[in-house]
Amino acid sequence: MSSTDRTIRVASGQGFWGDDLEAPVRQVERGPIDYLMLDYLAEVTMSIMQKQRSRDPSAGYARDFVELMERIFPACIEKGVRVVTNAGGVNPVGCADALVEAGRAAGVGGKAKVGLVTGDDLMDRLDELLEQGHELRNMETDEPLSTIRDQVQSANAYIGATPIVKALEKGADVIVTGRSTDTALTYGPLMHEFGWAPDDWNRIAAGVIAGHINECGAQCTGGNCLIDWWKLEGMAEIGFPIVEVSPDGSFVVTKHDGTGGRVTRASVAEQILYEMGDPHEYITPDVIAEFTSIQLEEIGTNRVRVDGVKGRAATDFLKVSIAYAGGWKATGTLTYSWPDAAAKARGAAQILRERLDRLGLEFDEVRTELVGWDSTHGALVGEPPADLPEVQLRVGVRSDDRAAVERFTREIAPLVLTGPPSVTGFAGGRPRVQQIMAYWPALIRKEAVQPHLQVEVKDV
Amino acid sequence: MSRIQLVHLAHARSGDKGDTANVGIIAYDPEHYPLLVEQLTSEKVKAFFGPMVKGEVERFELPNLSALNFLLHGALGGGGTMSLMNDAQGKVFSTALLRMEVEVPDDVAKAVRGRGRVPDGWEPKSGAYV
Repeated sequence: MSSTDRTIRVASGQGFWGDDLEAPVRQVERGPIDYLMLDYLAEVTMSIMQKQRSRDPSAGYARDFVELMERIFPACIEKGVRVVTNAGGVNPVGCADALVEAGRAAGVGGKAKVGLVTGDDLMDRLDELLEQGHELRNMETDEPLSTIRDQVQSANAYIGATPIVKALEKGADVIVTGRSTDTALTYGPLMHEFGWAPDDWNRIAAGVIAGHINECGAQCTGGNCLIDWWKLEGMAEIGFPIVEVSPDGSFVVTKHDGTGGRVTRASVAEQILYEMGDPHEYITPDVIAEFTSIQLEEIGTNRVRVDGVKGRAATDFLKVSIAYAGGWKATGTLTYSWPDAAAKARGAAQILRERLDRLGLEFDEVRTELVGWDSTHGALVGEPPADLPEVQLRVGVRSDDRAAVERFTREIAPLVLTGPPSVTGFAGGRPRVQQIMAYWPALIRKEAVQPHLQVEVKDV
Repeated sequence: MSRIQLVHLAHARSGDKGDTANVGIIAYDPEHYPLLVEQLTSEKVKAFFGPMVKGEVERFELPNLSALNFLLHGALGGGGTMSLMNDAQGKVFSTALLRMEVEVPDDVAKAVRGRGRVPDGWEPKSGAYV
Protein backbone atom coordinates (compact mmCIF):
# COMPACT_ATOMS: atom_id res chain seq x y z
CA MET A 1 0.00 0.00 0.00
CA SER A 2 1.31 3.43 -0.94
CA SER A 3 1.45 6.32 1.49
CA THR A 4 1.96 9.95 0.55
CA ASP A 5 2.49 13.14 2.57
CA ARG A 6 1.06 15.54 0.02
CA THR A 7 -2.57 16.57 -0.38
CA ILE A 8 -4.61 14.58 -2.89
CA ARG A 9 -7.08 16.34 -5.15
CA VAL A 10 -10.21 14.33 -5.94
CA ALA A 11 -12.43 16.11 -8.46
CA SER A 12 -16.12 15.46 -9.01
CA GLY A 13 -17.18 15.24 -12.65
CA GLN A 14 -20.79 13.98 -12.58
CA GLY A 15 -23.38 14.17 -9.83
CA PHE A 16 -25.96 11.97 -11.52
CA TRP A 17 -26.67 10.19 -14.80
CA GLY A 18 -27.67 13.09 -17.03
CA ASP A 19 -25.39 15.73 -15.49
CA ASP A 20 -23.42 18.45 -17.36
CA LEU A 21 -21.38 16.57 -19.99
CA GLU A 22 -18.74 19.30 -20.20
CA ALA A 23 -18.00 19.41 -16.46
CA PRO A 24 -15.62 16.42 -16.31
CA VAL A 25 -13.75 17.78 -19.33
CA ARG A 26 -13.22 21.06 -17.47
CA GLN A 27 -12.06 19.19 -14.39
CA VAL A 28 -9.33 17.41 -16.36
CA GLU A 29 -8.27 20.37 -18.53
CA ARG A 30 -8.51 23.46 -16.31
CA GLY A 31 -6.09 22.59 -13.53
CA PRO A 32 -4.27 19.86 -11.62
CA ILE A 33 -6.24 16.97 -10.13
CA ASP A 34 -5.20 13.48 -9.05
CA TYR A 35 -8.52 11.65 -9.33
CA LEU A 36 -11.77 12.20 -11.16
CA MET A 37 -14.82 10.60 -9.56
CA LEU A 38 -18.00 10.20 -11.59
CA ASP A 39 -21.21 9.28 -9.79
CA TYR A 40 -23.99 8.05 -12.07
CA LEU A 41 -26.25 6.14 -9.70
CA ALA A 42 -29.29 6.90 -7.57
CA GLU A 43 -32.11 4.76 -6.20
CA VAL A 44 -34.16 5.50 -9.31
CA THR A 45 -31.24 5.08 -11.74
CA MET A 46 -30.66 1.39 -10.98
CA SER A 47 -34.30 0.70 -11.83
CA ILE A 48 -34.04 2.57 -15.13
CA MET A 49 -30.83 0.75 -16.07
CA GLN A 50 -32.48 -2.54 -15.19
CA LYS A 51 -35.35 -1.72 -17.56
CA GLN A 52 -32.84 -0.99 -20.34
CA ARG A 53 -30.97 -4.24 -19.73
CA SER A 54 -34.20 -6.22 -19.86
CA ARG A 55 -34.75 -4.88 -23.40
CA ASP A 56 -31.08 -5.15 -24.48
CA PRO A 57 -28.67 -7.44 -22.58
CA SER A 58 -25.67 -5.31 -23.63
CA ALA A 59 -27.21 -2.19 -21.98
CA GLY A 60 -27.74 -1.35 -18.31
CA TYR A 61 -24.87 1.07 -17.68
CA ALA A 62 -24.22 4.79 -18.27
CA ARG A 63 -23.29 5.04 -21.93
CA ASP A 64 -22.56 8.73 -21.35
CA PHE A 65 -19.51 7.63 -19.41
CA VAL A 66 -18.04 5.67 -22.32
CA GLU A 67 -18.57 8.62 -24.68
CA LEU A 68 -16.94 10.91 -22.12
CA MET A 69 -13.88 8.65 -21.83
CA GLU A 70 -13.44 8.70 -25.61
CA ARG A 71 -12.88 12.44 -25.18
CA ILE A 72 -10.76 12.55 -22.03
CA PHE A 73 -8.95 9.19 -21.88
CA PRO A 74 -5.73 10.47 -23.56
CA ALA A 75 -5.57 13.56 -21.32
CA CYS A 76 -6.16 11.47 -18.20
CA ILE A 77 -3.34 9.07 -19.09
CA GLU A 78 -0.99 11.90 -20.03
CA LYS A 79 -1.64 13.84 -16.80
CA GLY A 80 -1.86 10.81 -14.54
CA VAL A 81 -5.48 11.48 -13.57
CA ARG A 82 -7.14 8.26 -12.44
CA VAL A 83 -10.88 7.87 -12.89
CA VAL A 84 -13.23 6.08 -10.47
CA THR A 85 -16.88 5.58 -11.39
CA ASN A 86 -19.99 3.54 -10.65
CA ALA A 87 -21.10 3.99 -14.27
CA GLY A 88 -21.29 0.20 -14.55
CA GLY A 89 -24.78 0.27 -13.04
CA VAL A 90 -26.41 -3.15 -13.44
CA ASN A 91 -23.94 -4.20 -16.15
CA PRO A 92 -20.36 -3.27 -15.14
CA VAL A 93 -18.91 -6.01 -17.37
CA GLY A 94 -20.59 -4.51 -20.46
CA CYS A 95 -19.46 -1.06 -19.39
CA ALA A 96 -15.82 -2.12 -18.95
CA ASP A 97 -15.82 -3.87 -22.35
CA ALA A 98 -17.16 -0.74 -24.03
CA LEU A 99 -14.60 1.34 -22.14
CA VAL A 100 -11.70 -0.81 -23.40
CA GLU A 101 -12.95 -0.31 -26.96
CA ALA A 102 -13.39 3.42 -26.39
CA GLY A 103 -9.83 3.60 -25.04
CA ARG A 104 -8.45 1.91 -28.14
CA ALA A 105 -10.46 4.24 -30.38
CA ALA A 106 -9.08 7.19 -28.40
CA GLY A 107 -5.50 6.03 -28.92
CA VAL A 108 -4.54 4.80 -25.47
CA GLY A 109 -4.28 1.14 -26.49
CA GLY A 110 -1.31 -0.44 -24.70
CA LYS A 111 -0.98 2.56 -22.38
CA ALA A 112 -3.90 2.15 -20.00
CA LYS A 113 -5.48 -0.34 -17.62
CA VAL A 114 -9.17 -0.67 -16.81
CA GLY A 115 -10.25 -2.02 -13.42
CA LEU A 116 -13.55 -3.86 -13.17
CA VAL A 117 -15.32 -4.49 -9.86
CA THR A 118 -18.07 -7.13 -9.81
CA GLY A 119 -19.93 -9.14 -7.22
CA ASP A 120 -22.40 -6.50 -6.00
CA ASP A 121 -25.08 -8.07 -8.23
CA LEU A 122 -27.07 -10.53 -6.09
CA MET A 123 -29.76 -11.37 -8.66
CA ASP A 124 -28.40 -14.82 -9.63
CA ARG A 125 -27.83 -15.70 -5.98
CA LEU A 126 -31.16 -14.47 -4.66
CA ASP A 127 -32.90 -17.82 -4.10
CA GLU A 128 -29.76 -19.29 -2.55
CA LEU A 129 -29.55 -16.29 -0.18
CA LEU A 130 -33.24 -16.58 0.77
CA GLU A 131 -32.79 -20.31 1.41
CA GLN A 132 -29.82 -19.55 3.65
CA GLY A 133 -32.11 -17.42 5.78
CA HIS A 134 -31.29 -13.94 4.47
CA GLU A 135 -34.83 -12.53 4.51
CA LEU A 136 -33.94 -9.18 2.90
CA ARG A 137 -36.78 -7.46 4.75
CA ASN A 138 -37.84 -4.05 3.45
CA MET A 139 -36.15 -1.46 5.66
CA GLU A 140 -39.24 0.75 5.56
CA THR A 141 -42.08 -1.78 5.90
CA ASP A 142 -40.26 -4.78 7.49
CA GLU A 143 -41.91 -7.17 5.01
CA PRO A 144 -39.74 -10.12 3.92
CA LEU A 145 -38.63 -10.20 0.28
CA SER A 146 -40.44 -13.51 -0.25
CA THR A 147 -43.71 -11.51 -0.58
CA ILE A 148 -42.52 -10.02 -3.90
CA ARG A 149 -39.82 -12.52 -4.94
CA ASP A 150 -41.43 -13.19 -8.33
CA GLN A 151 -41.44 -9.50 -9.20
CA VAL A 152 -37.76 -8.83 -8.45
CA GLN A 153 -35.86 -7.46 -11.43
CA SER A 154 -32.51 -6.59 -9.88
CA ALA A 155 -30.74 -6.77 -6.52
CA ASN A 156 -27.42 -5.07 -5.83
CA ALA A 157 -25.48 -4.65 -2.61
CA TYR A 158 -24.04 -1.21 -1.92
CA ILE A 159 -20.34 -2.00 -1.72
CA GLY A 160 -17.57 0.04 -0.13
CA ALA A 161 -14.03 1.07 -0.96
CA THR A 162 -12.10 -2.20 -0.55
CA PRO A 163 -12.38 -3.34 -4.18
CA ILE A 164 -11.60 0.18 -5.44
CA VAL A 165 -8.43 0.26 -3.32
CA LYS A 166 -7.49 -3.19 -4.68
CA ALA A 167 -7.97 -2.08 -8.27
CA LEU A 168 -5.81 1.00 -7.65
CA GLU A 169 -3.10 -1.18 -6.10
CA LYS A 170 -3.18 -3.32 -9.23
CA GLY A 171 -2.49 -0.23 -11.31
CA ALA A 172 -5.90 0.46 -12.85
CA ASP A 173 -6.16 3.90 -14.47
CA VAL A 174 -9.93 3.80 -14.77
CA ILE A 175 -12.11 1.81 -12.40
CA VAL A 176 -15.66 0.79 -13.23
CA THR A 177 -17.94 -0.56 -10.54
CA GLY A 178 -21.59 -1.46 -10.20
CA ARG A 179 -23.44 -0.32 -7.10
CA SER A 180 -20.51 1.17 -5.20
CA THR A 181 -21.66 3.73 -2.70
CA ASP A 182 -21.37 7.22 -4.12
CA THR A 183 -18.97 8.24 -1.37
CA ALA A 184 -16.57 5.30 -1.88
CA LEU A 185 -15.65 6.76 -5.27
CA THR A 186 -13.94 9.58 -3.34
CA TYR A 187 -12.67 7.92 -0.17
CA GLY A 188 -11.43 4.77 -1.96
CA PRO A 189 -8.64 6.75 -3.64
CA LEU A 190 -7.86 8.47 -0.32
CA MET A 191 -7.51 5.16 1.53
CA HIS A 192 -5.22 3.98 -1.25
CA GLU A 193 -3.06 7.12 -1.32
CA PHE A 194 -2.72 7.63 2.42
CA GLY A 195 -2.69 3.99 3.47
CA TRP A 196 -5.39 4.60 6.09
CA ALA A 197 -5.98 1.44 8.12
CA PRO A 198 -9.46 -0.10 7.75
CA ASP A 199 -10.19 0.84 11.40
CA ASP A 200 -8.91 4.42 11.17
CA TRP A 201 -12.52 5.49 11.70
CA ASN A 202 -12.10 9.26 11.96
CA ARG A 203 -10.07 9.57 8.77
CA ILE A 204 -12.24 7.24 6.75
CA ALA A 205 -15.30 9.14 8.03
CA ALA A 206 -13.63 12.37 6.86
CA GLY A 207 -13.20 10.73 3.46
CA VAL A 208 -16.90 9.80 3.50
CA ILE A 209 -17.87 13.44 4.15
CA ALA A 210 -15.54 14.53 1.34
CA GLY A 211 -17.34 11.98 -0.82
CA HIS A 212 -20.76 13.20 0.25
CA ILE A 213 -19.78 16.75 -0.71
CA ASN A 214 -18.40 15.57 -4.08
CA GLU A 215 -21.16 13.14 -5.00
CA CYS A 216 -23.71 15.65 -6.29
CA GLY A 217 -21.36 17.63 -8.49
CA ALA A 218 -22.07 21.36 -8.64
CA GLN A 219 -24.72 21.14 -5.94
CA CYS A 220 -22.00 22.31 -3.51
CA THR A 221 -20.46 24.97 -5.79
CA GLY A 222 -23.53 27.13 -6.34
CA GLY A 223 -25.78 24.87 -8.40
CA ASN A 224 -29.29 24.38 -6.99
CA CYS A 225 -28.12 26.55 -4.11
CA LEU A 226 -30.80 28.70 -2.51
CA ILE A 227 -28.56 31.26 -0.88
CA ASP A 228 -28.21 34.40 -3.06
CA TRP A 229 -28.44 32.32 -6.23
CA TRP A 230 -29.16 35.43 -8.31
CA LYS A 231 -25.70 36.82 -7.49
CA LEU A 232 -23.78 33.86 -8.94
CA GLU A 233 -21.47 34.46 -11.88
CA GLY A 234 -20.32 32.32 -14.78
CA MET A 235 -22.92 29.63 -14.30
CA ALA A 236 -22.72 28.60 -17.98
CA GLU A 237 -19.34 27.12 -17.08
CA ILE A 238 -19.91 26.26 -13.47
CA GLY A 239 -16.94 24.72 -11.68
CA PHE A 240 -17.53 21.30 -10.15
CA PRO A 241 -16.08 20.59 -6.71
CA ILE A 242 -12.58 19.41 -5.92
CA VAL A 243 -11.64 18.14 -2.47
CA GLU A 244 -7.99 18.68 -1.51
CA VAL A 245 -7.43 16.15 1.21
CA SER A 246 -4.54 16.01 3.69
CA PRO A 247 -3.19 12.76 5.11
CA ASP A 248 -4.93 13.50 8.44
CA GLY A 249 -8.32 13.54 6.67
CA SER A 250 -8.99 17.27 6.91
CA PHE A 251 -9.76 18.79 3.53
CA VAL A 252 -10.54 21.92 1.56
CA VAL A 253 -13.48 22.12 -0.85
CA THR A 254 -12.63 24.24 -3.87
CA LYS A 255 -13.01 24.45 -7.69
CA HIS A 256 -10.77 25.38 -10.59
CA ASP A 257 -9.96 29.07 -11.09
CA GLY A 258 -11.81 30.65 -13.97
CA THR A 259 -14.91 28.50 -13.61
CA GLY A 260 -18.30 29.82 -12.51
CA GLY A 261 -20.29 29.32 -9.35
CA ARG A 262 -19.10 29.74 -5.79
CA VAL A 263 -17.79 27.68 -2.89
CA THR A 264 -18.80 29.10 0.48
CA ARG A 265 -19.60 27.82 3.94
CA ALA A 266 -23.30 28.06 3.00
CA SER A 267 -23.00 26.23 -0.33
CA VAL A 268 -21.10 23.37 1.33
CA ALA A 269 -23.50 23.26 4.29
CA GLU A 270 -26.48 22.91 1.93
CA GLN A 271 -24.87 19.93 0.24
CA ILE A 272 -23.95 18.33 3.56
CA LEU A 273 -27.66 18.37 4.48
CA TYR A 274 -28.77 16.88 1.15
CA GLU A 275 -30.48 13.48 1.56
CA MET A 276 -29.41 13.41 5.19
CA GLY A 277 -31.01 11.00 7.62
CA ASP A 278 -29.89 10.85 11.25
CA PRO A 279 -26.80 13.12 11.32
CA HIS A 280 -25.31 11.09 14.17
CA GLU A 281 -25.03 8.02 11.98
CA TYR A 282 -24.36 8.22 8.28
CA ILE A 283 -23.93 4.51 7.65
CA THR A 284 -21.56 3.34 4.92
CA PRO A 285 -20.05 -0.11 4.30
CA ASP A 286 -16.71 1.00 5.78
CA VAL A 287 -17.54 3.38 8.65
CA ILE A 288 -20.35 5.21 10.43
CA ALA A 289 -19.73 8.92 9.96
CA GLU A 290 -20.94 11.68 12.25
CA PHE A 291 -22.20 14.98 10.80
CA THR A 292 -22.63 16.85 14.08
CA SER A 293 -18.89 17.34 14.70
CA ILE A 294 -18.02 18.79 11.27
CA GLN A 295 -16.48 22.25 11.33
CA LEU A 296 -16.57 24.48 8.22
CA GLU A 297 -14.35 27.51 7.75
CA GLU A 298 -13.92 29.85 4.78
CA ILE A 299 -10.17 30.19 4.38
CA GLY A 300 -10.13 32.04 1.06
CA THR A 301 -12.15 32.77 -2.05
CA ASN A 302 -13.86 29.55 -3.11
CA ARG A 303 -12.01 27.63 -0.40
CA VAL A 304 -13.85 26.02 2.52
CA ARG A 305 -11.91 23.96 5.03
CA VAL A 306 -13.67 20.93 6.54
CA ASP A 307 -12.35 19.45 9.77
CA GLY A 308 -13.37 17.67 12.97
CA VAL A 309 -15.13 14.72 11.36
CA LYS A 310 -15.68 11.77 13.67
CA GLY A 311 -16.36 8.18 12.77
CA ARG A 312 -16.92 4.83 14.41
CA ALA A 313 -16.90 1.16 13.51
CA ALA A 314 -19.04 0.10 10.57
CA THR A 315 -22.01 -2.24 11.01
CA ASP A 316 -22.00 -5.93 10.05
CA PHE A 317 -24.42 -5.25 7.20
CA LEU A 318 -24.50 -3.90 3.68
CA LYS A 319 -27.53 -2.16 2.26
CA VAL A 320 -29.14 -3.85 -0.73
CA SER A 321 -30.95 -1.98 -3.49
CA ILE A 322 -33.69 -4.15 -4.97
CA ALA A 323 -35.89 -3.18 -7.92
CA TYR A 324 -39.17 -5.01 -8.45
CA ALA A 325 -41.97 -4.73 -10.98
CA GLY A 326 -44.53 -2.73 -9.04
CA GLY A 327 -47.33 -2.16 -11.52
CA TRP A 328 -47.96 0.52 -14.13
CA LYS A 329 -48.44 4.25 -14.22
CA ALA A 330 -49.08 7.12 -16.61
CA THR A 331 -49.35 10.88 -16.31
CA GLY A 332 -51.36 13.13 -18.64
CA THR A 333 -51.41 16.92 -18.87
CA LEU A 334 -53.61 19.64 -20.39
CA THR A 335 -53.26 23.43 -20.13
CA TYR A 336 -56.19 25.71 -19.27
CA SER A 337 -56.21 29.51 -19.72
CA TRP A 338 -57.78 32.54 -18.03
CA PRO A 339 -60.52 33.22 -17.10
CA ASP A 340 -61.05 30.77 -14.25
CA ALA A 341 -58.19 28.53 -15.37
CA ALA A 342 -58.01 26.52 -12.14
CA ALA A 343 -61.79 25.98 -12.04
CA LYS A 344 -61.71 24.61 -15.58
CA ALA A 345 -58.81 22.30 -14.79
CA ARG A 346 -60.56 20.96 -11.70
CA GLY A 347 -63.79 20.55 -13.65
CA ALA A 348 -61.94 18.54 -16.28
CA ALA A 349 -60.35 16.33 -13.62
CA GLN A 350 -63.79 15.60 -12.17
CA ILE A 351 -65.18 14.59 -15.57
CA LEU A 352 -62.15 12.40 -16.19
CA ARG A 353 -62.55 10.62 -12.85
CA GLU A 354 -66.24 9.96 -13.58
CA ARG A 355 -65.41 8.50 -16.98
CA LEU A 356 -62.74 6.23 -15.48
CA ASP A 357 -65.29 5.08 -12.88
CA ARG A 358 -67.97 4.40 -15.49
CA LEU A 359 -65.48 2.32 -17.46
CA GLY A 360 -65.04 0.21 -14.33
CA LEU A 361 -61.29 0.84 -14.23
CA GLU A 362 -59.56 0.31 -10.91
CA PHE A 363 -56.52 2.24 -9.82
CA ASP A 364 -54.42 2.16 -6.65
CA GLU A 365 -54.18 5.93 -6.89
CA VAL A 366 -55.46 8.76 -9.08
CA ARG A 367 -53.64 12.00 -8.36
CA THR A 368 -54.60 15.46 -9.62
CA GLU A 369 -52.19 18.39 -9.42
CA LEU A 370 -52.30 21.88 -10.88
CA VAL A 371 -48.87 22.73 -12.26
CA GLY A 372 -48.42 26.46 -11.80
CA TRP A 373 -50.37 26.37 -8.56
CA ASP A 374 -50.11 23.44 -6.15
CA SER A 375 -47.91 20.70 -7.68
CA THR A 376 -44.91 21.56 -5.50
CA HIS A 377 -46.29 22.98 -2.26
CA GLY A 378 -49.64 21.20 -2.18
CA ALA A 379 -52.38 22.41 0.11
CA LEU A 380 -50.00 24.91 1.75
CA VAL A 381 -50.79 27.41 -1.03
CA GLY A 382 -54.57 27.49 -0.45
CA GLU A 383 -57.20 28.15 -3.10
CA PRO A 384 -56.06 29.39 -6.54
CA PRO A 385 -57.19 32.90 -7.54
CA ALA A 386 -59.85 33.25 -10.26
CA ASP A 387 -57.45 35.42 -12.23
CA LEU A 388 -54.65 32.88 -12.45
CA PRO A 389 -53.52 33.43 -16.08
CA GLU A 390 -53.13 29.72 -16.83
CA VAL A 391 -52.61 26.36 -15.20
CA GLN A 392 -51.58 22.89 -16.31
CA LEU A 393 -53.77 20.02 -15.17
CA ARG A 394 -51.62 17.00 -14.36
CA VAL A 395 -53.38 13.69 -13.67
CA GLY A 396 -51.48 10.53 -12.78
CA VAL A 397 -52.77 6.99 -12.25
CA ARG A 398 -51.18 3.83 -10.90
CA SER A 399 -52.45 0.25 -11.13
CA ASP A 400 -51.36 -3.38 -11.29
CA ASP A 401 -53.67 -3.65 -14.30
CA ARG A 402 -51.77 -2.45 -17.35
CA ALA A 403 -54.95 -2.33 -19.46
CA ALA A 404 -56.54 0.13 -17.04
CA VAL A 405 -53.55 2.47 -17.26
CA GLU A 406 -53.52 2.06 -21.05
CA ARG A 407 -57.19 3.08 -21.24
CA PHE A 408 -56.51 6.09 -19.01
CA THR A 409 -53.98 7.36 -21.56
CA ARG A 410 -56.80 7.45 -24.15
CA GLU A 411 -59.10 9.47 -21.93
CA ILE A 412 -57.00 12.67 -21.80
CA ALA A 413 -57.32 13.99 -25.36
CA PRO A 414 -61.14 13.59 -25.50
CA LEU A 415 -61.41 16.20 -22.75
CA VAL A 416 -60.33 18.82 -25.28
CA LEU A 417 -63.67 18.72 -27.10
CA THR A 418 -65.84 17.17 -24.41
CA GLY A 419 -64.89 19.13 -21.29
CA PRO A 420 -64.34 22.67 -20.02
CA PRO A 421 -63.23 25.30 -22.57
CA SER A 422 -60.02 27.19 -23.35
CA VAL A 423 -57.78 24.15 -23.25
CA THR A 424 -54.55 23.57 -25.15
CA GLY A 425 -51.18 21.89 -24.78
CA PHE A 426 -52.15 18.41 -25.96
CA ALA A 427 -49.98 18.29 -29.08
CA GLY A 428 -47.58 15.81 -27.52
CA GLY A 429 -50.06 12.99 -28.05
CA ARG A 430 -51.17 10.31 -25.64
CA PRO A 431 -49.28 9.83 -22.39
CA ARG A 432 -46.90 6.89 -22.25
CA VAL A 433 -47.60 3.86 -20.05
CA GLN A 434 -44.62 3.26 -17.77
CA GLN A 435 -43.78 0.11 -15.89
CA ILE A 436 -42.96 0.93 -12.28
CA MET A 437 -39.65 -0.42 -11.06
CA ALA A 438 -40.25 -0.05 -7.37
CA TYR A 439 -37.49 0.25 -4.79
CA TRP A 440 -37.00 -2.25 -1.99
CA PRO A 441 -34.17 -1.32 0.39
CA ALA A 442 -32.90 -4.15 2.57
CA LEU A 443 -29.89 -5.20 4.64
CA ILE A 444 -27.67 -8.23 4.24
CA ARG A 445 -24.81 -9.56 6.35
CA LYS A 446 -21.46 -8.57 4.89
CA GLU A 447 -20.12 -12.12 4.79
CA ALA A 448 -22.86 -13.04 2.29
CA VAL A 449 -21.45 -10.54 -0.23
CA GLN A 450 -17.84 -9.66 0.42
CA PRO A 451 -16.24 -13.01 -0.50
CA HIS A 452 -17.95 -12.70 -3.89
CA LEU A 453 -16.47 -9.31 -4.79
CA GLN A 454 -13.98 -9.54 -7.62
CA VAL A 455 -11.46 -7.12 -9.03
CA GLU A 456 -10.16 -7.64 -12.53
CA VAL A 457 -7.69 -5.40 -14.33
CA LYS A 458 -7.66 -5.42 -18.14
CA ASP A 459 -5.21 -3.87 -20.59
CA VAL A 460 -6.70 -1.42 -23.02
CA MET B 1 -42.80 40.27 18.42
CA SER B 2 -43.45 39.86 14.67
CA ARG B 3 -44.49 36.92 12.54
CA ILE B 4 -42.29 36.42 9.47
CA GLN B 5 -41.80 33.65 6.93
CA LEU B 6 -38.89 31.31 7.53
CA VAL B 7 -37.55 32.15 4.05
CA HIS B 8 -36.06 35.36 5.50
CA LEU B 9 -34.15 33.53 8.27
CA ALA B 10 -32.88 30.38 6.62
CA HIS B 11 -31.97 28.62 3.42
CA ALA B 12 -32.77 24.99 2.84
CA ARG B 13 -32.19 21.87 0.80
CA SER B 14 -34.21 18.68 0.51
CA GLY B 15 -33.82 15.20 -0.90
CA ASP B 16 -35.35 11.74 -0.68
CA LYS B 17 -34.79 8.28 0.73
CA GLY B 18 -37.63 6.08 -0.47
CA ASP B 19 -40.93 7.57 0.71
CA THR B 20 -39.19 9.93 3.16
CA ALA B 21 -38.26 13.50 2.27
CA ASN B 22 -35.53 15.25 4.24
CA VAL B 23 -35.47 19.01 4.68
CA GLY B 24 -32.31 20.66 5.96
CA ILE B 25 -32.85 24.19 7.27
CA ILE B 26 -29.77 26.40 7.70
CA ALA B 27 -29.85 29.77 9.51
CA TYR B 28 -28.40 32.59 7.38
CA ASP B 29 -27.09 34.09 10.60
CA PRO B 30 -25.88 31.66 13.29
CA GLU B 31 -27.34 34.05 15.89
CA HIS B 32 -30.81 33.06 14.69
CA TYR B 33 -30.21 29.33 15.09
CA PRO B 34 -31.63 29.23 18.66
CA LEU B 35 -34.83 30.81 17.33
CA LEU B 36 -35.16 27.98 14.81
CA VAL B 37 -34.51 25.35 17.49
CA GLU B 38 -37.19 26.90 19.69
CA GLN B 39 -39.85 27.43 17.03
CA LEU B 40 -39.40 24.65 14.50
CA THR B 41 -40.38 21.72 16.68
CA SER B 42 -41.23 18.46 14.97
CA GLU B 43 -44.84 18.84 16.20
CA LYS B 44 -45.19 22.27 14.59
CA VAL B 45 -43.63 21.11 11.34
CA LYS B 46 -45.92 18.05 11.27
CA ALA B 47 -48.95 20.31 11.87
CA PHE B 48 -47.75 22.75 9.20
CA PHE B 49 -47.60 20.09 6.49
CA GLY B 50 -50.87 18.47 7.58
CA PRO B 51 -52.00 15.67 5.23
CA MET B 52 -48.97 16.22 2.95
CA VAL B 53 -46.90 14.18 5.43
CA LYS B 54 -48.60 10.87 6.24
CA GLY B 55 -46.07 9.60 8.77
CA GLU B 56 -43.99 11.07 11.57
CA VAL B 57 -41.74 14.11 11.47
CA GLU B 58 -38.33 13.59 13.07
CA ARG B 59 -35.99 16.47 13.89
CA PHE B 60 -32.21 16.44 14.36
CA GLU B 61 -30.06 19.35 15.55
CA LEU B 62 -26.74 20.32 13.95
CA PRO B 63 -25.52 23.33 15.94
CA ASN B 64 -22.13 23.07 14.20
CA LEU B 65 -23.81 24.05 10.92
CA SER B 66 -26.54 26.24 12.50
CA ALA B 67 -28.88 23.74 10.92
CA LEU B 68 -31.85 21.48 11.62
CA ASN B 69 -32.61 18.34 9.66
CA PHE B 70 -36.20 17.13 9.36
CA LEU B 71 -37.27 13.72 8.13
CA LEU B 72 -40.80 13.77 6.73
CA HIS B 73 -41.94 10.16 6.59
CA GLY B 74 -44.60 9.15 4.06
CA ALA B 75 -44.36 12.45 2.18
CA LEU B 76 -43.61 11.30 -1.35
CA GLY B 77 -46.63 9.28 -2.47
CA GLY B 78 -44.70 6.00 -2.25
CA GLY B 79 -41.42 7.59 -3.36
CA GLY B 80 -39.11 7.26 -6.34
CA THR B 81 -40.61 5.52 -9.34
CA MET B 82 -43.86 4.61 -7.53
CA SER B 83 -44.95 8.19 -6.85
CA LEU B 84 -47.37 10.09 -9.10
CA MET B 85 -46.26 13.43 -7.67
CA ASN B 86 -44.60 16.09 -9.80
CA ASP B 87 -42.07 16.39 -6.98
CA ALA B 88 -41.66 12.62 -6.55
CA GLN B 89 -38.15 13.00 -5.13
CA GLY B 90 -38.98 15.78 -2.69
CA LYS B 91 -36.62 18.23 -4.35
CA VAL B 92 -38.67 21.28 -3.39
CA PHE B 93 -40.08 20.26 -0.02
CA SER B 94 -37.31 22.51 1.29
CA THR B 95 -38.96 25.64 -0.06
CA ALA B 96 -42.38 24.47 1.13
CA LEU B 97 -41.13 24.58 4.72
CA LEU B 98 -39.69 28.07 4.14
CA ARG B 99 -43.30 29.30 3.82
CA MET B 100 -43.87 28.58 7.51
CA GLU B 101 -44.30 31.59 9.76
CA VAL B 102 -42.19 31.99 12.88
CA GLU B 103 -42.37 34.52 15.69
CA VAL B 104 -39.29 36.69 16.12
CA PRO B 105 -38.38 39.88 18.01
CA ASP B 106 -39.26 43.03 16.05
CA ASP B 107 -35.62 44.04 15.55
CA VAL B 108 -34.86 40.64 13.97
CA ALA B 109 -37.87 40.98 11.66
CA LYS B 110 -36.61 44.39 10.58
CA ALA B 111 -33.03 43.22 10.06
CA VAL B 112 -33.97 40.28 7.81
CA ARG B 113 -36.62 42.02 5.69
CA GLY B 114 -36.20 41.04 2.03
CA ARG B 115 -33.50 38.43 2.82
CA GLY B 116 -33.80 35.24 0.80
CA ARG B 117 -35.78 36.83 -2.04
CA VAL B 118 -34.65 38.13 -5.44
CA PRO B 119 -34.39 41.94 -5.37
CA ASP B 120 -37.01 43.93 -7.30
CA GLY B 121 -36.09 44.61 -10.90
CA TRP B 122 -33.57 41.77 -11.16
CA GLU B 123 -33.03 40.39 -14.69
CA PRO B 124 -30.77 37.53 -15.85
CA LYS B 125 -27.76 38.69 -17.86
CA SER B 126 -25.33 36.94 -20.17
CA GLY B 127 -22.14 35.51 -18.66
CA ALA B 128 -23.27 36.26 -15.18
CA TYR B 129 -26.48 36.47 -13.27
CA VAL B 130 -25.35 39.75 -11.69
